[in-house]
Amino acid sequence: MFRLHLIPYGTKIDFVGKSKYFFTLGILAVMTSLAFIFFKGMNYGIDFKGGYIFEVTMPEVPDVQSLREKLGSVGLGEVAIQQFGAEKDLMIKLEKSEEGKGQALAIQKVKDTLGSGVIYKKVETVGPKVGSELVSNAIKAVTFALIAMLLYIAVRFEWQFGVCAVAALFHDCAIIFGLFSIFPLEFSETSITAVLLTASYSINDTVVIFDRIRENLKRHKKLGLKELINLSLNETLSRTTLTATTTILAVLALYLFGGKIIAALALPIMVGIMIGTFSSIFVASPLLMYLNIKRDTEVTPVPANIG
Amino acid sequence: MLVVSKVRVITTLTICLLGLLFAFPSVVDQATYDKLPKFLQHTVNLGLELRGGSHIQLEVDLESVKRERQESILDEARKQLRKRNIKYSKLNVQTRGDGSAICISLKDENDAKDVQKILNKIESELDVTITGSEITAVITQKFMDEFSKRIVGESIEVIRHRIDETGTKEPTILRQGTDRIVLQLPGVEDPAEVKRLLGKTAVLTFHGVDETMETIPAKANQKVNLPKKPGVVYLPEDKGNGVVYYVPIKKQISLTGKSLVDAQVSMDSRTGLPAVSIKFDAIDGTRKIAELSAKYLHKQFAMVLDGKVLSAPVFQAVLNDGNAQITGNFTMEEATELALLLRAGSLPAPLNVVEERNVGPSLGTDSINAGKNATMCAFFFVAIFMIASYGIFGLFSVIAIFMNITLLFACLTLLGATLTLPGIAGIALTIGTAVDANVLIYERIREEVRIGIKTAMAISQGYRLAMMTIVDSNLTTLIGSIVLYEFGSGPIRGFAVTLALGTIISLFTTFSLTKSVIAYYMRRQRNKEIIV
Repeated sequence: MFRLHLIPYGTKIDFVGKSKYFFTLGILAVMTSLAFIFFKGMNYGIDFKGGYIFEVTMPEVPDVQSLREKLGSVGLGEVAIQQFGAEKDLMIKLEKSEEGKGQALAIQKVKDTLGSGVIYKKVETVGPKVGSELVSNAIKAVTFALIAMLLYIAVRFEWQFGVCAVAALFHDCAIIFGLFSIFPLEFSETSITAVLLTASYSINDTVVIFDRIRENLKRHKKLGLKELINLSLNETLSRTTLTATTTILAVLALYLFGGKIIAALALPIMVGIMIGTFSSIFVASPLLMYLNIKRDTEVTPVPANIG
Repeated sequence: MLVVSKVRVITTLTICLLGLLFAFPSVVDQATYDKLPKFLQHTVNLGLELRGGSHIQLEVDLESVKRERQESILDEARKQLRKRNIKYSKLNVQTRGDGSAICISLKDENDAKDVQKILNKIESELDVTITGSEITAVITQKFMDEFSKRIVGESIEVIRHRIDETGTKEPTILRQGTDRIVLQLPGVEDPAEVKRLLGKTAVLTFHGVDETMETIPAKANQKVNLPKKPGVVYLPEDKGNGVVYYVPIKKQISLTGKSLVDAQVSMDSRTGLPAVSIKFDAIDGTRKIAELSAKYLHKQFAMVLDGKVLSAPVFQAVLNDGNAQITGNFTMEEATELALLLRAGSLPAPLNVVEERNVGPSLGTDSINAGKNATMCAFFFVAIFMIASYGIFGLFSVIAIFMNITLLFACLTLLGATLTLPGIAGIALTIGTAVDANVLIYERIREEVRIGIKTAMAISQGYRLAMMTIVDSNLTTLIGSIVLYEFGSGPIRGFAVTLALGTIISLFTTFSLTKSVIAYYMRRQRNKEIIV
């Protein structure tokens, strides 16, 4: 009977032996990401910075250039106009934001500039205070979630496993943030969800491999740690790729058919799942080599009359 | 041999049937939905970005209320100090650090203890510190916290009344953090009216007019030098045509809008202009308006709303029945709005709009359709892949995924949770994790078969061995999502709910549903070869 096998049975890849290269790659990727985040900064959307977004359908095909100039002269900071979908559909972003009464006034100014006959599909206003609260709140929530997961893994496994899992998570999150910075992707409120999804997928993936390592530590007491980690990785490789493929397929469907907003969310999640899978195999597990796992090397005496 | 007890099979089937029953109303069209029995008429609560509407975040201006409170303590302290002949060189409110404090500089250090007593008598929740002749008093954090809670709570009540008056359906009004209120108004496209209504505190007060001072007319926007007199304040009255009258008003409040029981639009019988008829409550308000009208009979008094004089007429008769009329330079719309505001009550603190998101209904419908399509495609992609990988066993997990999504919808409906855009992404991940549990088990089974164990045995062995892994990985996710829910806000919470529910449900489908199906399949195939 036909069965699709992504990973042929008996695959033996020396993951740990090549870990030097992958560590270098991982560290480089994280460093590059951090450099971009610190020096170039994130491309924060108005959710964080405060400002206005209008999604409109114009009565006629507009002259975007002249519209940009007109709106620029209203005095509401930088104007970004994007066409999407039909030619008459525009997304207008203004970056300046005010508190209180200024907001209604600003919206009125834009509406006056655009003229009549415009259909407003979406109007968003975010004050500058809300944005900064959003950031601090998100950071707090994610930090606590990471600590809780670290503790759980440390209790269920050993502290070394917890450290490696969180190192891998840090690797994933840094790169995801970095990608938002490197490719000028807008980092909005929903982008936080993409980072969270990546993190939760990655931790799940890591735990599955760790579980196998823990099991093999009990089963193969004489096997060297390097061989043991390699064995565990190869044994779980089929599952790792299968699950990654199905999840990516599901997210791919969201990207292709979910519409503009969901697609913007699906893309970083897709990349995130790949990075999460990479880090479970190439970062979290080989890292265990360097952290002195306690091993019970004593062989349990086997009754002589067996067989 | 894989054995699943009868009780478990029956429970599993019951849960699945209930899930189908409660998820069903969310997918049928309106006509079918209306025919459903009452207890089934609940659908998944869609977030505003999916159904269209207006989301407004308001900030309660607690600082201004605090300032007011400090000012009134200050006024009282000034009175008391004068009465007792305690001399001071400075008495005011100063900003320090991130708060403000009442500061008093005394001429004589020895009075300090007395002043402390006076201050604490005026307000017991004051932290008073003495350094030589300097006294600082700060309202305690405990008091401010309780105070803030009360003010925000009262604000929510008033907002609810006002929004109900506008006829908006199903508004959601929630407290967020210490000083925020979030409004969700489904179906409202342009919330200008709502915002205008919430922009007014609508504090109505009745004052006497000081007849020894003159009313000063001025052009609008013109700066006027107003005479000063203790206990009297000049407030503007807009008479239209660009003319503003500054009316000398006694600061003491004779009567407030709190004693009102009703307010309706009416006509001023003398001028024919729109006015608002008000009715005071039977006990307190009626007595007070009678006293006020007796005191100011044939004299001028003023009706003040939010620091502006509505009108300053003369009482023509003593009002004994608790009925009165507010006149002013109103248009019909303004009178209607004033009546509404007076019925709904006044806000305890001003509100500022800090965030506003409006989604038109067309965009909302587009998003829902796109979300539905995408979820269906995701399901088919995964189904094809799983069947290609595991054959009939792949089909079993497809049933599990289907039930996962169904149960997730049922749970969201029953919990009254809101499905948002990030929530849809959460569903995709649920498909992924639901598959993962099955993949873990199937791979384990294959491993067992490869080392020579018979398929039937390998299957129960696979379940046993994979159990721990699945529990560990799912519990880690669950712990993470609970913490996210506890500390996160807005979209993070919505995501956490779908993730946690998805994880629990996938544990159920894996260990109850798929397991039962596989056990049944194996009984039927007893003598045939089974390939996983």
